[in-house]
Amino acid sequence: MTLDLVPLWTILLAFGVFMYVLLDGFDLGVGILFPFAPDDRARDVMMNSVAPIWDGNETWLVFGGLALFAAFPLAFAIVVPAVYFPVLFMLLGLILRGVAFEFRPTAPEHRGLWDGAFFLGSLVATFAQGCVLGKFVQGFAVNGRQYAGTAWDWVDPFVLAVGLGLVFGYWLLGATWLVMKTDGAVQSWARRKARIALFGVLAFIAMVSVWTPLSEARIAARWFSWPNIALLAPVPIVTAAIAWGLWRALAGKRDAAPFLAAMGLFVMCYAGIAISILPYIVRPSITLWEAASAPSSQAFTLIGALFLLPITFMYTGWSYWVFRGKVRSDVGYH
Amino acid sequence: MNLDPVILSRIQFAFVIGFHFLLPAFTIGLSAYIAVLEGLHLVTKKAVYLRLSTFWIKLFAVAFGMGVVSGIVIPFQIGTNWSGYSDVTASVIAPLMTYEAMMAFFLEAGFLGVLLFGRKLVPPWMHFSSAVIVAIGTLFSAFWILAANSWMHTPAGFEIVDGRFVPTDWWAVVFNPSFPYRLLHTVTATYLTTAFAVIGVAAWYLRHGRHVDEAKVMLAMGVILASVLVPAQALIGDAHGLNTLAYEPQKVAAMEGLWETRTAVPAVLFAVPDEANEVNRFEISVPHLASLYLTHSWDGAVRGLKSFAADDRPPVAPVFFAFRIMIGMWAIMFALTVSAWWLAWRGRLFTSRGYLRAATWAIPVGFVAVTAGWTTTEVGRQPYVVHGLFRTSDAVTPMLTGSDVVTSLLAFIAVYIVIYGAGVYYLVRLVRRGFGSDEPLAPLDKRSERVVSGLGQAAALIPAAQPQLVASARVAQSDVHRGAGALLRVQAKGTTES
Ligand code: HDD
Ligand code: HEM
Ligand code: HEM
Repeated sequence: MTLDLVPLWTILLAFGVFMYVLLDGFDLGVGILFPFAPDDRARDVMMNSVAPIWDGNETWLVFGGLALFAAFPLAFAIVVPAVYFPVLFMLLGLILRGVAFEFRPTAPEHRGLWDGAFFLGSLVATFAQGCVLGKFVQGFAVNGRQYAGTAWDWVDPFVLAVGLGLVFGYWLLGATWLVMKTDGAVQSWARRKARIALFGVLAFIAMVSVWTPLSEARIAARWFSWPNIALLAPVPIVTAAIAWGLWRALAGKRDAAPFLAAMGLFVMCYAGIAISILPYIVRPSITLWEAASAPSSQAFTLIGALFLLPITFMYTGWSYWVFRGKVRSDVGYH
Repeated sequence: MNLDPVILSRIQFAFVIGFHFLLPAFTIGLSAYIAVLEGLHLVTKKAVYLRLSTFWIKLFAVAFGMGVVSGIVIPFQIGTNWSGYSDVTASVIAPLMTYEAMMAFFLEAGFLGVLLFGRKLVPPWMHFSSAVIVAIGTLFSAFWILAANSWMHTPAGFEIVDGRFVPTDWWAVVFNPSFPYRLLHTVTATYLTTAFAVIGVAAWYLRHGRHVDEAKVMLAMGVILASVLVPAQALIGDAHGLNTLAYEPQKVAAMEGLWETRTAVPAVLFAVPDEANEVNRFEISVPHLASLYLTHSWDGAVRGLKSFAADDRPPVAPVFFAFRIMIGMWAIMFALTVSAWWLAWRGRLFTSRGYLRAATWAIPVGFVAVTAGWTTTEVGRQPYVVHGLFRTSDAVTPMLTGSDVVTSLLAFIAVYIVIYGAGVYYLVRLVRRGFGSDEPLAPLDKRSERVVSGLGQAAALIPAAQPQLVASARVAQSDVHRGAGALLRVQAKGTTES
């Protein structure tokens, strides 16, 4: 094998996970906001705004998980058992909220039950994903090719705090999505909710930015040594600028800008985490290259990905186009 | 207490995948049926096909949603509970599953929204195309996951480097020896499962005198499909079994309950395999028959279980019984199909209460058969995950404790009871509610037209014979009832829209 596919796969995996975070992020966020909606009509609008697309959004989770399994199996075999329970809670949460999409309109008399399932499932799944992210940043005890900790090592203040941070993050995405997709009372309500979430997100960004360099000298050196400090200075500066722009957009009349700015914030956080962690995929011991699958497996899967993902984008874009514009409460099931 | 994480993880995996598969077993067939109905409507413009499609799409939405969420569980199970397996087999298995996500799951999800919600937003041909693409997506899904699964039964195209499987020939990996048989057999199984669900629902409507026109179409379509696929499934299954005999003889020995290697092998109709003493109890068998279908000769020889080391044999009883349950379900399907033709020939298919009742009771046959079939296949591969090469006990995540797995298993069971309970309840209710409520406007207009013309005919009949009048008045009465409801709804729609 001459061509090293690891960098390409790193980009592809990062991209897949990021697509998931953005897309399912906003529809999980809609679920988190669900019980606080002003009335039942607003809830119908909220659900209809994501009903035709949530399945496609969640497929990015399957893709992300399987891309990790296919390209970096050793990381899959160590990371996933280490977050056994967060993964369990995430799955159960996704099940409960997923069936709510179909059960709620089918059974008006059990509406309260499935409203609750939709909210609780979304909240638990989000918090659990945050815990997975937290543990991923924090690192894993490894012995040989196996995870050496217990199934409960994730119960840790930092990890739980990241869980909470992601709840604010998805809440922000969900609220700004609703600003874009609704109008009238629901929209102004969503604007208010988005502003609350923004504070939570910023507090969380500050917390992680302080904690990670303190936790490991290598990360501190990466950010604060010369010339990195100059090269990386744009990361915090751009983040602050986006946050300011988001605040202004929420106060103003713009519909789509808040959602775009919220996505921008996620891009910056994601870049920050990547800068801290690379080239490790299982911190602090296993690099991307050590975790890689057989070159022929990476090549075989990559061909499919490069061919199929662009097609996926075309028809997914078409499906968003079909359901474009503001949502009404009565355009749900027929 | 000494809880074994291997056994518990196996139970958990069998639980989540068994429940998952019940939904693809239905949605693969149903998506194809909906595509056919949409196509028939596009070509013939007959309202009945649109009504049928609209009705089944509602059930499909519920089943598909459950299929998606229960499916997402499975790849993560492989990571959480089977990290040994993940590390050792990933280079072969994971790319196949990634192809499934890229080729099938995105496709299904991308067009599902339009199929469920887009009828008024896109032109009819595009709605039809979405239905076709969703159906094709489910077949892609079956293709890749069954390639992965079949490779574990009949591994090919790989070498072992540092104790891990490394692919050398992708064509051989995908088209491994058992894959074509398993793909054909499983896809046929899902179409049969849907056919008998459709037949059963139609029978229920006919028996209750509801939606008679639609029910007749459903029943006829179901029976025609079954007439082709029921015999075909026996032939495919037979070929599948011969292939298994070549590659996994211990599985076939367990299926047949055959302990001794011998010639002139009898077919065991019933027995209770006794693994401790390596014999069958209460055996009822037909001489020579198994030789006939396994070797296609009167006296052919077949290897028995005793010729395999004890720790290389699968558990016999579950494989033996599961296989018989599957065949039993086939026999019920066969009987229902043959009697349907006989009744149709006598002109009584749509009225025979006994048949309609039996067909309704037979709705679960496909679901039972696929579960039994998978149990045969998977338990028959034990004690290996990758046949002959990699043991299930080495596949499990080493750091898991028994109590970790018990906790997660109980959580899965609790949530699945709620969602599968509710799901089945809502599906049954959608069937009971029927075609009546929230339908689109067009077919309702058609129906009211029919009611009006029916009324006209009834009026014309008044001078005719008295008894006939009474009968048709009764019919008209119920039609008027429905018609009035329909008209009211049309009006209601009109007022909400204005
Ligand atoms: C013969 C067909 C078949 C078989 C054997 C399986 N599945 Fe399945 N699966 C489907 C056919 C299918 C489907 C018809 O394509 C589903 C059902 C509902 C749906 O959305 O797609 C699906 C859904 C589905 C999903 C959700 C996809 C999404 O997000 O849209 C996942 C992750 C899996 N499956 C994974 C698996 C795995 C890992 C299996 C075995 C180990 C498995 N399935 C067995
Ligand atoms: C890549 C895909 C698959 C993997 C990784 C896989 C792996 C496994 C593993 C590790 C077990 C546990 C060992 C055992 O308990 O026997 C198992 C059992 C089982 N699998 Fe598969 N399998 C796959 C595909 C399938 C498919 C497609 C089905 C059907 C829908 C299926 C149905 C079952 C069943 C019913 C059992 C239970 C057997 C038992 O109780 O022993 N599997 N499989
Ligand atoms: C006379 C009829 C049938 C015969 C001879 C037959 C034969 C077989 C055999 C030999 C296997 C095990 C293959 C292996 O693991 O190596 C199998 C598996 C299976 N059967 Fe059947 N079968 C029949 C009818 C049915 C019916 C009616 C259904 C469902 C509607 C069904 C569904 C399945 C499924 C889902 C599997 C597991 C997947 C696979 O390995 O193909 N079978 N069958």
